[in-house]
Amino acid sequence: MSKLMAFEEPVVKLREKIDELKTIAVEADVDMSGEIEKLETRLTQLEQSLYANMEPWNRVQVARHPQRPTTLDYIERIFDDFIELHGDRSFKDDEAIVGGIASFNGQPITIIGHQRGKTTKENIRRNFGMPHPEGYRKALRLMQQAEKFKRPIICFIDTKGAYPGKAAEERGQSEAIARNLFEMAGFKVPIISIVIGEGGSGGALALGVANKIFMLENSTYSVISPEGAASILWKDASYAKQAAEAMKITAPDLKQLGVIDGIIPEVAGGAHKNVDQQASTMKEYIVDTLVHLNSLSVEQLIDERYAKYKNIGQFIE
Amino acid sequence: MAIRDLFSINRKKNAGSIIKKSDEKHFPEGIVTKCPKCKTIHVTKEVEKNLKVCPKCVYHFNMTAHERINCFLDKDSFTSMDDHLQTMNPLNFPAYIEKVNSDMEKTGLNEAVLTGVGTLKGNPIAIAVMDSHFRMGSMGSVVGEKITRAVEKATELRIPFIIFTASGGARMQEGVLSLMQMAKTSVALKRHSEAGLLYISIMTHPTTGGVSASFASIGDLNIAEPQSLIGFAGRRVIEQTVREKLPEDFQTAEFLLDHGQLDAIISRLDMRDKIATIVKLHVQGGVSHV
Repeated sequence: MSKLMAFEEPVVKLREKIDELKTIAVEADVDMSGEIEKLETRLTQLEQSLYANMEPWNRVQVARHPQRPTTLDYIERIFDDFIELHGDRSFKDDEAIVGGIASFNGQPITIIGHQRGKTTKENIRRNFGMPHPEGYRKALRLMQQAEKFKRPIICFIDTKGAYPGKAAEERGQSEAIARNLFEMAGFKVPIISIVIGEGGSGGALALGVANKIFMLENSTYSVISPEGAASILWKDASYAKQAAEAMKITAPDLKQLGVIDGIIPEVAGGAHKNVDQQASTMKEYIVDTLVHLNSLSVEQLIDERYAKYKNIGQFIE
Repeated sequence: MAIRDLFSINRKKNAGSIIKKSDEKHFPEGIVTKCPKCKTIHVTKEVEKNLKVCPKCVYHFNMTAHERINCFLDKDSFTSMDDHLQTMNPLNFPAYIEKVNSDMEKTGLNEAVLTGVGTLKGNPIAIAVMDSHFRMGSMGSVVGEKITRAVEKATELRIPFIIFTASGGARMQEGVLSLMQMAKTSVALKRHSEAGLLYISIMTHPTTGGVSASFASIGDLNIAEPQSLIGFAGRRVIEQTVREKLPEDFQTAEFLLDHGQLDAIISRLDMRDKIATIVKLHVQGGVSHV
């Protein structure tokens, strides 16, 4: 049973009432099938309208859902022969980022993504998906390897941010992120980045300099968390709901701002409701995008990436 | 709060009783200036003549972008670029444009960075100087665009690109567009680098957040002024997450040098000479192999 979110309450309550009615009907041996049918139609409508008009704060909740599928959930469903590769060759293996090689429709491919844990134990091991510099350096190593063997790179973005800690600063968190932005600009292979959960600031962007960027419908991408923005704007983190709206962090917002190339639709209520179906939708997007990117020359790939970022921003000339 | 913090608050209060704190920071026309570090009171003109470095303890006061250009480049060699770009309000933040306008008036800049071309001991360079007096030097669309255009200019003219960073990070009021300026400047610097051209990053106080995590950290040479605050995450944020006392020199230029993140710390008094030498060593060209 998946965890329910507050905004889903009306649907949940109605479903409970229908179940109750069904039990009563059986117990009292009365025919209420007409009423039950009507209520079920109403439930479907309610679900549709609820999930079709999700407010930014509701999407934040879906993006943070403990059962939301992670990078490894998608890898296992979309790619064949995945082999995880570890370590940055300098310091350690940062499990907040996973990466490796796999086959995708017969084409060898490199996959890298932030990795959250699903249990407390796993989250501690993976530092809640918040990488240290060695995580970004592992990602860079795998990307350089992909370039050498001419493999496209797929990045899954899913992090609250790069870890703000003493050790991270000592080992050059800034440089690790900056280096990835810089090097990703020049790779001679296609890069696709997909935001699957939370895209938190520089720690997310460090896997996000791509030819094409997609966001899952209920994912977020932002310069600061809604709580962080609220505590700066209103000196009170409890205004996160308002900040989520003001900061424009949802997939439709980013599409409108010209930051992302497309929105990958989610199954009603969020990706966690049907992971297999979500993975198969995402796979279609990757297939189509790779067909296009594989047809480009090295120069076109790099120029396209250049033009993409050069065009982001709003100012009066 | 620790007991020693309580005392430090009092210390700050006492220090502020002679000269207002804001005066120390912005350093306007006053006859005397008190060094916030060694507390010596100097004649302001003396300090200015000394490139805003305390003659006694070599504390580096913050500089404005224009002051930096004047003391770094050859006299009258600087031509500015893109002073016409104007900030927009993409997220419709209340009072954002008003704040930008008031900083424009205060600093005489159109945004938190001044860019252009000039010469350094005869060698042409493209330069960007961030100014922390303008919205804390934060980076929004205009800052990102100005830096990117200055890099492109350097690539086009095949000359070195030098930046003086001073920034609190990405500008929150432009949301994710500010974040993306980190990528925009990086793709331009990558192209500059691929052309075999020099990029020197000179970090000044303070260089943090998104600016630290993009162009500031990827120079062919990473240089810093003494005692500058440089880091990714804020000290308070880190203290809250790790719940441990951070060392006194945490995130200073000296700390970064010690941890292998910098090529050198250069005093402002030597900056022009040393950077000119570095540029000279690069524009002379290396060995040409077939």
